[in-house]
Amino acid sequence: MEAALQERQDSIHRTGEAPFVMDCNKDSLAGAVSQRACVFCGSRVVLYPIADALHLVHGPIGCAVYTWDIRGALSSGPELHRLSFSTDMQEIDVIFGGEKKLYNALVELIDRHSPKAAFVYSTCIVGIIGDDMQAVCRRVSEEKGIPVLPVQSEGFKGNKREGYKAACNAMRQLVGMGDTSGISKYSLNILGDFNLAGEIWLIREYFSRMGVEVVANITGDGRVGDIQRAHGAALNVVQCSGSTMDLAKMMEKDYSIPSLRVSYFGVEDMAESLYAVAEFFKDEEMMRRTRELVKEELSLIMPELMRYRQALAGKRAAIYVGGAFKAFSLVKAFRTIGMQVVMVGSQTGTPEDYEELAAITDPGTIIVDDSNPLELSAFLQEKDVDIFVGGVKERPIAYKLGVAFCDHNHERKEMLAGFIGMLNFAKEVYGSVMSPVWRFVPRKAETVQEVPND
Amino acid sequence: MTKMPPQYVSTTNACKLCKPLGASLAFRGVEGAVPFLHGSQGCATYMRRYIISHFNEPIDIASSSLGEKNAVYGGGANLKLGLKNVTEKYHPALIGIATTCLTETIGDDVKRLLFEYRQEFMQDGGPLLVQVSTPSYSGTHMEGFHAAVRALVEQLTEAAEPNGTVNILPGFLSAADLRSLKEIVADCGLLATVLPDFSETLDGPALRDYPLIPTGGTKITDIQAMSGAKATVDFGYTLPDQLSGGKHLEKTYNVPLHRLGMPVGIRETDRFFEVLSDLSDNPMPEKYAMARGRLVDSLVDGHKYVFGKRAVVYGEEDLVIGLTSFLAEIGVQPVVCASGGTSGCFIKAIEKAVEGFAVEMPRIHEGMDFHEIGELAAELKPDFFLGHSKGYALARGLGIPLIRVGFPIHDRVGGQRLLHIGYHGAQQLFDLIANAMIAVKQDGSEVGYSYM
Repeated sequence: MEAALQERQDSIHRTGEAPFVMDCNKDSLAGAVSQRACVFCGSRVVLYPIADALHLVHGPIGCAVYTWDIRGALSSGPELHRLSFSTDMQEIDVIFGGEKKLYNALVELIDRHSPKAAFVYSTCIVGIIGDDMQAVCRRVSEEKGIPVLPVQSEGFKGNKREGYKAACNAMRQLVGMGDTSGISKYSLNILGDFNLAGEIWLIREYFSRMGVEVVANITGDGRVGDIQRAHGAALNVVQCSGSTMDLAKMMEKDYSIPSLRVSYFGVEDMAESLYAVAEFFKDEEMMRRTRELVKEELSLIMPELMRYRQALAGKRAAIYVGGAFKAFSLVKAFRTIGMQVVMVGSQTGTPEDYEELAAITDPGTIIVDDSNPLELSAFLQEKDVDIFVGGVKERPIAYKLGVAFCDHNHERKEMLAGFIGMLNFAKEVYGSVMSPVWRFVPRKAETVQEVPND
Repeated sequence: MTKMPPQYVSTTNACKLCKPLGASLAFRGVEGAVPFLHGSQGCATYMRRYIISHFNEPIDIASSSLGEKNAVYGGGANLKLGLKNVTEKYHPALIGIATTCLTETIGDDVKRLLFEYRQEFMQDGGPLLVQVSTPSYSGTHMEGFHAAVRALVEQLTEAAEPNGTVNILPGFLSAADLRSLKEIVADCGLLATVLPDFSETLDGPALRDYPLIPTGGTKITDIQAMSGAKATVDFGYTLPDQLSGGKHLEKTYNVPLHRLGMPVGIRETDRFFEVLSDLSDNPMPEKYAMARGRLVDSLVDGHKYVFGKRAVVYGEEDLVIGLTSFLAEIGVQPVVCASGGTSGCFIKAIEKAVEGFAVEMPRIHEGMDFHEIGELAAELKPDFFLGHSKGYALARGLGIPLIRVGFPIHDRVGGQRLLHIGYHGAQQLFDLIANAMIAVKQDGSEVGYSYM
């Protein structure tokens, strides 16, 4: 396609045209205006919701200030995660090293806030000037008696996935520190849910109704103490697998805890995830309760959901999200409300992820890795889509072209997970697609003039 | 200004942004330009996100997307590849290249790299390349903004015949401010080059097609001819000479420089109109004389609602100076004037802005973060906060209104449409402040008056 640079051609495919291996999971192309951020971003998004930890960004001010309270990750208690802490490195620190400043900042902040642990994020120049973060963290940890964990998240050290790994490495050091006595044999950790708009509370309620104990939220509404005893759980359920699967693998290796990939988006995946958990515990009674739960929840939402389906059936949707796993669920969720996905992409998918996307989408669907505004806008126009699903950076692309939009990223304030989340999702889509404002945008203005009462 | 706030080593909730963000905004205000950051991919993406959330507009900022190898061996190859790709896809007239802390620290010589790039890839023409050094470990987004403006002027302007125009370097204003500024100057009968001008590029209409580069922005030919202007007007009392494009034009081309404050409030706007009047040889147009008259009339009508109210004002230094000047004019007591900037000129300028008005000297502090502002505010019992969205948590904690001005506005629509400057801007500010104070009284009343 014309909007794409030559080097990007192997990262754009169409379902059904030819078998393909997606060119993905590599550094973004210079000058292509990628929608991705960096390693630091990957670490920051994973660890951010741990609400009783101190999150100190070691570097110049930008990295900290652009990630200050930007997510909808809620906490039921402490809200330390909503503050933006930085060493705000100055030229003099770059020249003479920032270790002393880091030490003093850590001590000052730990004394002020008494956190349960501290994460110290490394940024680009810390990697270059070679501050020994490990040593500073170790020293402060000894002096203050809390875990102080360096997160090796220098922005240039790869893409967002590397940041996920760095975050998981840091959490791995916490797991295993706590007392696991009293944990039920029917127990699990929730990995890869960030409690946007309180979603993890809903999921926990489902598990509680099934008779499953949740040991640790990783990381939505997360607590250091819970993560420290996470190794006492019988199972890890992993959503947003890109970000926390590494931790699940580490826990499988360290503590033989098996893991299940789950998704809480869309009624199909939500129900399947609960059934998979019930199946894992091989408990008839639990399975019965789970069936009941699913039935009950579905009966609550189905009548209204079908009304939305009636209005939305046949409309076309485009998806561009961070992780491919969410994209799978969204494809199915759109199908539930009768809509067709005509474009789907992610920032961090793997070749296997894209293969699966090709398998579940209709022929002709555009599948893309690490896209950019020019490509995305060309796709929206080519496919004449009715709604685009993405995050803050995708929103103005849709709006500028007069296309409806649904925010499905970390900033959102709407609960889109769980059964009720499917209904909210349909409402969100409906609320944008059906707005009368599209009648006035250039894209639709011509057709509206012809059929004034459309 | 009495005692200093405690000085902390750590920064909590900064009241400033980083340098390349300011440079990106400035470059976005040039016609046909694409901002380009030489650094990690994350910088460009984070800044785009931050800017988008305020303007609700696309902003494509390219990046050289350095990886680990580049950080070790130098980012030259990626810089060149990035420029080539941006040129191919966006067909820009100009690429504004700003460095980041990464590329400054590894010591990439961007000037030399661009020289090589021109040799290697631009024999048959190509976009203009303007580069600016913006390491985020020294200065704030405002230093980045001004440095980019200065770089544009230094690197594009050539000797030109006198052309009777006026250069206006307004600093960081809203899109609505820029539109108003251009209208004012045109109404005064002057031809002006306003640099930068993102009034259209960051606040454009709904479109049929995604614009490679949105229309609008300061024309490059106008920037090139700034040397022939009859004067330059620079807004900003805290702008150091070495970052002033106006100073460069004065020194190199003898273009007389008028250094003014941001025209916020009556006196600063009066000063601006005096300069315009001198430059155009016309009296203030009737339209503005009337606007000023209506403004004064409204201040009289509403003065009791605001008199003696205590305000915490924060944000970029020059905006805070302008806002404080206006607050003093309407009888509001500024109790804290704070900025994350550290120009060294802030305190004096604020003292001057309130001089002669019956207000106590506010606590004036540079290099502040919101933790420190919060500590001061808790002690000084303000009635309202005046500043951007990031003060919301503090204002909420104190149970007082936040009156939103400046950048960023992340929790309301229309940040780009906020008008701060001129008599019309002062009018809007006054109405906002007075109505906020009336609302507090009304909402807090048990009676529930509907007639205030």
